[in-house]
Amino acid sequence: MTEYNFAYLDEQTKRMIRRAILKGLAIPGYQVPFASREMPMPYGWGTGGVQVSAAVLTPEDTFKVIDQGADDTTNAVSIRSFFQRTAGVATTTSTSDATVIQTRHRIPEEPLHEGQILVYQVPIPEPLRFLEPRESETRKMHSLEEYGLMHVKLYEDISRHGHIATSYAYPVKVEGRYVMDPSPIPKFDNPKLGDMAAIQLFGAGREQRIYALPPYTKVVSLDFEDHPFEASKADHPCGMCGATDSYLDEVIIDDAGGRMFVCSDTDYCEARQAAGHMGKDNGGKDAA
Amino acid sequence: MIELRNVSKTFTLHNQGSAVIEVISDVSFAVAPGECVALTGASGAGKSTLMRMIYGNYLTRAGEIRIGDLDIVQAEPRDVIKLRRDVLGYVSQFLRVVPRVPTLDVVAEPLRASGVPADEAQDRAKALLTQLNIPERLWPLSPTTFSGGEQQRVNIARGFAHTYPAMLLDEPTASLDAANREVVLSLIEDAKARGAAIIGIFHDEAARTRVCDREIDVGRFTHGLAA
Amino acid sequence: MTPLLSVQGITKRYGAHIGCADVSFDLYPGEVMGIVGESGSGKSTLLNCMAGHLAPDAGQVVFDTRTDGPRDTITMSEPERRMLGRTDWAFVHQHARDGLRMGVSASGNVGERLMAVGERHYGDIRDKATDWLGRVEIDASRVDDRPTTFSGGMQQRLQIARNLVTGPRLVFMDEPTGGLDVSVQARLLDLLRGLVRDMELSAIIVTHDLAVVRLLADRLMVMKSGRVVEAGLTDQVLDDPQHAYSQLLVSSVLQV
Repeated sequence: MTEYNFAYLDEQTKRMIRRAILKGLAIPGYQVPFASREMPMPYGWGTGGVQVSAAVLTPEDTFKVIDQGADDTTNAVSIRSFFQRTAGVATTTSTSDATVIQTRHRIPEEPLHEGQILVYQVPIPEPLRFLEPRESETRKMHSLEEYGLMHVKLYEDISRHGHIATSYAYPVKVEGRYVMDPSPIPKFDNPKLGDMAAIQLFGAGREQRIYALPPYTKVVSLDFEDHPFEASKADHPCGMCGATDSYLDEVIIDDAGGRMFVCSDTDYCEARQAAGHMGKDNGGKDAA
Repeated sequence: MIELRNVSKTFTLHNQGSAVIEVISDVSFAVAPGECVALTGASGAGKSTLMRMIYGNYLTRAGEIRIGDLDIVQAEPRDVIKLRRDVLGYVSQFLRVVPRVPTLDVVAEPLRASGVPADEAQDRAKALLTQLNIPERLWPLSPTTFSGGEQQRVNIARGFAHTYPAMLLDEPTASLDAANREVVLSLIEDAKARGAAIIGIFHDEAARTRVCDREIDVGRFTHGLAA
Repeated sequence: MTPLLSVQGITKRYGAHIGCADVSFDLYPGEVMGIVGESGSGKSTLLNCMAGHLAPDAGQVVFDTRTDGPRDTITMSEPERRMLGRTDWAFVHQHARDGLRMGVSASGNVGERLMAVGERHYGDIRDKATDWLGRVEIDASRVDDRPTTFSGGMQQRLQIARNLVTGPRLVFMDEPTGGLDVSVQARLLDLLRGLVRDMELSAIIVTHDLAVVRLLADRLMVMKSGRVVEAGLTDQVLDDPQHAYSQLLVSSVLQV
């Protein structure tokens, strides 16, 4: 096949990462330190996610990569081809056909099923980081469940904007214990984190942390009694497939300020179009 | 109400060759409720020192000073604090306050400290300030900027705000005009009438004769010690 | 009556050097105690040992907890001690920036302690924070401003509000007026005095400023070379100091 060991990393490293993953699954939401390796790509391009994917992939797996929901962006394409080359695994863009999905910034619209693994690329795993820069202190806060500070961030949001303006990387509490950063997914995706049938793994390469949510874990987005959590999205149907239940990207289409909204999940959008759903920018009758 | 038994005081000046200065020794006397006793003696005889010892401001080397049930010589600081709040008042010659605090609050503070509600404490303070002829326009100002006589009157108002059963008065009529002196003397008479035991230092002989029942010459406790 | 805080034999060494040695005292509810001494006398070490910031080598710091009565806070578990630090205890740092979150608004700074003890109603938290800012004389128009835009005196008042919002019973203060203008100091002292009386707070104030303890403290301890050389009523220690060092300290103050 290639001169690489299966999935690039050596077996010792994969074993080390698997141990971290197992520990993470055993303590949902807890950040497990691991010895992150140099990968043949820069930090910030998903080195954490790639190492987690490398540790869980088997030759029988079918691999999918999305970046902001899309299968065809540079980051997604290069990671997909990386594993094609180093592991020889089958790849797909279909959410339901994939067994391992590596993602940056989205959870697919189509509900995942048992047996699937969703691997997140995480830039900053520590949700308390922006208010308390000392790692020694944040670890203590996690171990003692001192999470008042997390609400300070949301408090500041409301006092500045009148509502909780945090729209991505919205903090959650896992099984009533650990506060976790869900990676920079839009808060629209937060409700999908909880009670998911698939395994969710989070890898932060530069920060050397892995954490995890086993299937059907209770995940609650933090909020205030008088400012409850809302999973917001742009208030439009998809211009291409007419979907009203999906997270949308705003696309500028001309120099005159024209714009359209389309599903950020390309697989979802294409599947709907293939099934005959058409949005208003696509000559469809589903237009709202 | 106030009783001194064989009370002595020395000062040791550690930073001046450890000089030991014996101020007074073997003082014994008692003051009953409703009685006013004047301390007399030449300047430097130890009148103010004795007064400060009774207040717990100066440490007593030997003897007993009983105010009510408490021996202030042996008492814990918190018992002395409680005594000063509820039982033992002291009008010194000098006003010592936090800058910026309005006169009205300065006068009301002893009452507030003993748990009197703010409104009631302020009413009492207003009445006393009026009685002592402090113009109302000065009430919201800090007394730190007042003249000596005004400060002295604020100090007296503060000292008489709470009806202490025992009081120490250090020159309460000094630097007052006739009208205000009259007010202070009547305050003292009122305090006696309600049963307060009072010890005072009065250079003003007429005032002393009018309010004091007895005089104690502190000079006789110094036994010719070097002052 | 049970002391609110009973300190017994607190000793802290830094190698061969003594931080503080064998310090014992009882503090009763509503009492304010001052600790004075020159730089290096061990007063800050003692304060940090009592407040749980430093582990002493020997001794007990017994606090009369609301739920379980007197408990040694040195041997209590760290979560319990930190919980005390968020509820019944408060710590006012000399430098406000050590006690504030400079990147968080004034009301967020005050609200943090409320959120830390589980308050989850934004409106209530904001109302309480605004009320407290008013009590420390910070105008309501500044509640959303960050402390970086505040003067030193305002920062210190903000720190006090942040500390007192959960209604603590014991406040540790480390040079609370240090580094402030004299006029600002007076205002702060007046404020502290009122708060101590109205909230029936007990407080331990470490300072080298004798004027501060004269105005705020009922009792005074004088420290030298890590040891307490004299203790008593504040006015008694200041007006009739017994120990050679206390006499030197008192006589060294410039009279104005």
